[in-house]
Amino acid sequence: MNLYELSIEEANKLLTKKEISSKELTQSVLDRIDAVDEKVGAYITVDHAGALKAADDADKKIQNGDTKALTGIPLGIKDLICTDGLLTTCGSKILSNFEPPYDATVIEKLKSENAVFTGKLNMDEFAMGSTTENSSFKNTCNPFDLSRIPGGSSGGSAASVAAGICLGSLGSDTGGSIRQPASHCGVVGMKPTYGRVSRYGLVAFASSLDQIGPLAKNVTDCAIIMDAISGYDRRDSTSVDEKVPDFYEAIKRNGGVKGLKIGIPKEYNSTEGLDPKVSESVNNAIAELEKLGAQTIEISLPNTEYAVAAYYVLAPSEASSNLARYDGVRYGVRTEKSENLIDMYHKTRTEGFGDEVKRRIIIGTYALSSGYYDAYYKKASQIRTLIMDDFKKAFEVCDVIASPVAPTPATLIGENADDPLAMYLSDVFTLSANLAGVPGISVPCGFSDGLPIGLQLMGKHFDEETLLRVAYNYEQATDYMLKIPELV
Amino acid sequence: MKITKDEVLYVAKLARLNLSDDEVEKFAGQIGDVLSYIETLNKVDTEGINPTSHANFLSNAFRKDEVKENFGVEKALSNAPLKENGHFVVPKIVG
Repeated sequence: MNLYELSIEEANKLLTKKEISSKELTQSVLDRIDAVDEKVGAYITVDHAGALKAADDADKKIQNGDTKALTGIPLGIKDLICTDGLLTTCGSKILSNFEPPYDATVIEKLKSENAVFTGKLNMDEFAMGSTTENSSFKNTCNPFDLSRIPGGSSGGSAASVAAGICLGSLGSDTGGSIRQPASHCGVVGMKPTYGRVSRYGLVAFASSLDQIGPLAKNVTDCAIIMDAISGYDRRDSTSVDEKVPDFYEAIKRNGGVKGLKIGIPKEYNSTEGLDPKVSESVNNAIAELEKLGAQTIEISLPNTEYAVAAYYVLAPSEASSNLARYDGVRYGVRTEKSENLIDMYHKTRTEGFGDEVKRRIIIGTYALSSGYYDAYYKKASQIRTLIMDDFKKAFEVCDVIASPVAPTPATLIGENADDPLAMYLSDVFTLSANLAGVPGISVPCGFSDGLPIGLQLMGKHFDEETLLRVAYNYEQATDYMLKIPELV
Repeated sequence: MKITKDEVLYVAKLARLNLSDDEVEKFAGQIGDVLSYIETLNKVDTEGINPTSHANFLSNAFRKDEVKENFGVEKALSNAPLKENGHFVVPKIVG
């Protein structure tokens, strides 16, 4: 077995026993990057030198018997999480030279465990998109079929785990951007409860929806990363001071799923555009959970059908405000020639942003502009209340909700390139969790013509533990755990 | 069309973006489709429903106004496209 194929848990055991060094492990991953990333395109920046230096530091800690769960483990980071002195582009031309002067809280936390960072991962520009085709730099390909998208916006984060070019990664999820690429690439991805993980140092897209989370080869690894990144942070005013359980320990204790109530939204099976094979795989997964002792119960999330419309008012509105900061003054690329200050703003932004970002800024600016605010932003915010109420009612009778992640397996690169609305509609199953702030996880549940399919589980606020438990039990009972495609 | 080309141009100007004629044409169509889809929200009666702007239950997150760690002028300016004597440099604003 090649070292890059190890799970985090397996690697940690070998490191602790000093059977391998972090340097060997990291070198194996870097060699694999050199061998396959030309095809996959998951990385924007590979930090060979930094990774090897961090591996050395980790090996010293390990020698001293100070091995934490992620000590010496090579991880990839989505390129919108700030890393001190390491290029952080957000997949955008306008930040193509941006070297943050500080670490995001999640990076600080991982560094305190002596994790190793292999580099920064490709994404849709400013996380706007579901295919990673909106990156200003390159496309990322799905490791299971290089002619297809890896999903998005955390496409690099999912493809890199699937391709074995990092052991785990961090992504961000504003409307499904961790869960959907995880589903398309056959890996596990979790969007934690809003407020569980600090957003300090996460470049903002839609601040009321954004959340950082892990992508990993299996549920156990996902829990290990959750343990490292969760917790209150005074530097994020929306971070919540809520007790963080030991997720890894909870999985090992494994309470099983007997008697657990799984809610099945009655609206979801009739969703327009739902691929029959996806529907079948998800229904089989639910049947498997019943076999393990869980009970299913029909629930209703009646306002889900308005989630896409509400989201595509709220997220662009917040984005139009958040992205006003890119004006060529404090950071990023400034236009070369301008007549005056206003002209400099215009040219900098026009040259620096791609089409999808411009579209969303225009939609958001329109929705917030005088005379339209009530019809768009206020209306969508009221629908958001109704969607949250749906979840509240559903969780009175069930513990988790099961659904598909994406309506179809990964589409071909270029398939929806000129039809933004078609791309937006594919977010139908994932958006509600962001609007309601609840946690969600994607776990592999089958294949359609060799393309992975994911099962989504959504839970109560701050109850990631139950989600991980259900996902873990399902994973143990099935055979869909990641098998790394050869690619060479 | 749900949004006219003039409206697209006007909103783009508010957002400090220049658009070519082709882009105005393309965006007006695409954004028009999105806005038409958003109209489905009007099917829902939201009379008396409180709007939600945030997904958790915090109200205000106050903290003491204390000086904590900071990274200093040099680092803060490290990404500035143009700087001089510890300041950001911008094109001339007043004539």
